[in-house]
Amino acid sequence: MSAPTYDLGKLHGGLRLPGNKAESTAQSILDVPIPTQLIHPITQHVGDPAQPVVSIGERVLKGQLIAESEGSLGAPVHASSSGKVVAIEPWPVSRRNGENAPCIIIECDGQDEAVQRADAALDYTQLSHADLLQKILQGGIVGLGGAVFPTAQKLMQARTCKIDHLLLNGVECESYISCDDMLMRERAEEIVSGAQILMHALEIDVCFIAVESDKPEALNRLGEVLATIGDARIVLKQVPTIYPSGGEDQLVQLVTNREVPSGGLPSDVGCLVQNVGTSAAIHDWIVDNVPLISRITTITGDGVNKPVNVRARMGTTIADIIEFAGGYSDNAEQLIVGGPMTGKSVTTDRVPLVKATNCVLVMSESPSVGPEMPCIRCGDCAAVCPVQLLPQQLFWYACADDESKLRDFGLMDCIECGCCDLVCPSHIPLTADFRVAKGRIQELADEKARAARARHRFEARNDRLEREREDRAAELTQQKESAKQAGPAEIAEILKRKKQQSEDQQ
Amino acid sequence: MEFARREAPYIRPQNSVSALMLHVLVALVPAAMAHVWFFGPGFIFNLLIAAIFAAAGEALMLGFRNRKPETGLTDFSALVTAALLAFALPSLTPWWVTATGALFAVVIAKHLYGGLGFNIFNPAMAGYVVILVAFPMHLNLWVAPRMGDLDYQQLSVLQTMAFTLTGSLPDAINFDALTRATPLDVMKSGLNNARTVAEIRAIPIMGDFGGRGWEWIGNFVAMGGFWLLVKKIIRWQIPVGVGLGLLVPATIMYMVEPGSHASPGFHLFGGATILCAFFIATDPVSAATSPKGRLIYGIGIGLLIYSIRLWGSYADGVAFAVLLMNMAVPAIDRYTRPHIVGHNDNGSRHG
Repeated sequence: MSAPTYDLGKLHGGLRLPGNKAESTAQSILDVPIPTQLIHPITQHVGDPAQPVVSIGERVLKGQLIAESEGSLGAPVHASSSGKVVAIEPWPVSRRNGENAPCIIIECDGQDEAVQRADAALDYTQLSHADLLQKILQGGIVGLGGAVFPTAQKLMQARTCKIDHLLLNGVECESYISCDDMLMRERAEEIVSGAQILMHALEIDVCFIAVESDKPEALNRLGEVLATIGDARIVLKQVPTIYPSGGEDQLVQLVTNREVPSGGLPSDVGCLVQNVGTSAAIHDWIVDNVPLISRITTITGDGVNKPVNVRARMGTTIADIIEFAGGYSDNAEQLIVGGPMTGKSVTTDRVPLVKATNCVLVMSESPSVGPEMPCIRCGDCAAVCPVQLLPQQLFWYACADDESKLRDFGLMDCIECGCCDLVCPSHIPLTADFRVAKGRIQELADEKARAARARHRFEARNDRLEREREDRAAELTQQKESAKQAGPAEIAEILKRKKQQSEDQQ
Repeated sequence: MEFARREAPYIRPQNSVSALMLHVLVALVPAAMAHVWFFGPGFIFNLLIAAIFAAAGEALMLGFRNRKPETGLTDFSALVTAALLAFALPSLTPWWVTATGALFAVVIAKHLYGGLGFNIFNPAMAGYVVILVAFPMHLNLWVAPRMGDLDYQQLSVLQTMAFTLTGSLPDAINFDALTRATPLDVMKSGLNNARTVAEIRAIPIMGDFGGRGWEWIGNFVAMGGFWLLVKKIIRWQIPVGVGLGLLVPATIMYMVEPGSHASPGFHLFGGATILCAFFIATDPVSAATSPKGRLIYGIGIGLLIYSIRLWGSYADGVAFAVLLMNMAVPAIDRYTRPHIVGHNDNGSRHG
């Protein structure tokens, strides 16, 4: 059974990228064995870092909570195998700015002994919504599409809005990445089960599972599962293969023809988007009591010998995974965590697999494309921009550092998809420039906010001083007035009292 | 293992400014061959001279501006300017006329505004207008097209070269035997002398739509233009805009008064319309930037071409139409900004 491509809302621009997915989908998902060491960063999500709740030397079990979420936005971290905590120290991680980040390092004992849970095998339909959300929060579940927003908090926020659509994102539009494709082929039941849990948590009756047309096996498999289950609330939608149709706001537009407002969320237009991987992770946690301690990731590119999808424990280093998958080829010159359009370039393979790692792309150095030329205003960038920005104008204003024009032309709406870079005949690194410009605007805004706070404090102080001065002046005037009105007898009385006072003090 | 750090996206662009410009040049080859066939080898000499002076001007200005001359010369933009200028000139043009146009185009119209990407005016058209003002008589020396049944005298390759270099003809030949007014000139002066369109069209140099030879070159230009459209080097908005802007009023006027207004076909094939629609107006640097803006820009050029041909003192109006619309580009860009996804159309943010 194959779903027809629906007549959907239009997405502006976009690119048809070469897929490069066939190599990594040729064989089924492989399980990476337990490594000798696991590196668990305490920040694997959007929000505040989780706080370690284990101490050095302590033995931990698989699935045991090792760092607890703190603050209003965050997710806990669980050990992905049993072993001993040997260090809590900075370790290289795959972040854009490439710093080290605090990590809990576990030396595995190879026994993979799992923690026993008291609340196992609970029927989620018996739980209140608040309890279900609380449970999801405890599973450490975050958006596995790459944004790693804590799922529980996303659901809590959504419950404050009028949500009518759950969208499961199986679009996976970026080149090379195929982990969601393989997940949909091999674990379609779990994805659908996760969707049912999500719909229960949100109390809604419409769920679309959106899959790109270049994944016929995944579409067939999901179609079969839906036909077996017979849940009419869940509808499979095939979307055209265009990058970046898998962007959250883009998918909402594509499937529901609603525009997510600038600076807003899909929940503003009644939608909640979850990656299919997140949905399966919710099933694993709620039904099978396994927190988010492993994920599927694509190992691919001309820099590896055998492109493949693997299921690995969180915290396994990229080096271990690649060694298991067949090692590097002679072309291994760049290491990218994520896809070729939006991934993060990292300098070392000691970085661990984290919740966000959907792909490890090892590539040869991209051939030089010649020098950067002046913009010739060809407009190709504007033609492919999915947000309908004018990158050529933004570039102009970014060079001039003109903040108000940049805002006016929608810089903050740029999703950094990289389409404009790819079509620019002048080879201008537009996305990188926009990223810098956005950072600068953010800095300016922060600075302004700081200055505003300082000014506010200063003004408050001035007001207070002024008020005190006025009070004193008024008091003085009043005293003078009353002195004027007083007769000589009273003055003599006052003087006597004063004199008495000064004598008493001496 | 250690790796190099790069910025996303990691896939590199496939196209380049040089490739773009080369496509434009290749697209002009059929038209250039047709031009040589109908109007003699003068085109090649004009092209060479324009190219040499445009490239020299480019290199000189890049040097003055402390830029690397290699990068400026290998983008082939100066060559495109030279080629468009060569198409605009009669095949008999003395070298200093061509050189003046090419130098003005590159040095003044392009580099004094900041070079590639920053010029407000289309360089080739700016160069052409300077020639039109400085050497008006030379632009009237169009040799008659070579057609089997029209026995006008033709110059040999050497005679053409000698004229290009010296500006004078062999003793035995005079201009009258060689040159004819262009079809647009014939039409304009004919109409001014109260002749009807039908009478004018009976003159032998007139062809099926425009002038003989001219209309064939127009076909070859259009062929190159369609190829550029297919290759996505240019977009449809400007060519369609120019066509609409010119043909809609031409058709209306022709239907109202066919005796005193040339047919839309004549306007399309009679002068530089097709070259303008596909190659001149589509210069991205000096054109409007959004799709809607480009349609308006094209329509403006078409309307201006028609207006100049109808009411102006020049037979063709392409160069002035393009330069006038170049001036309007900032305003067009300002009022044709596309709707940013997620914003209200009145510009404010919702949500």
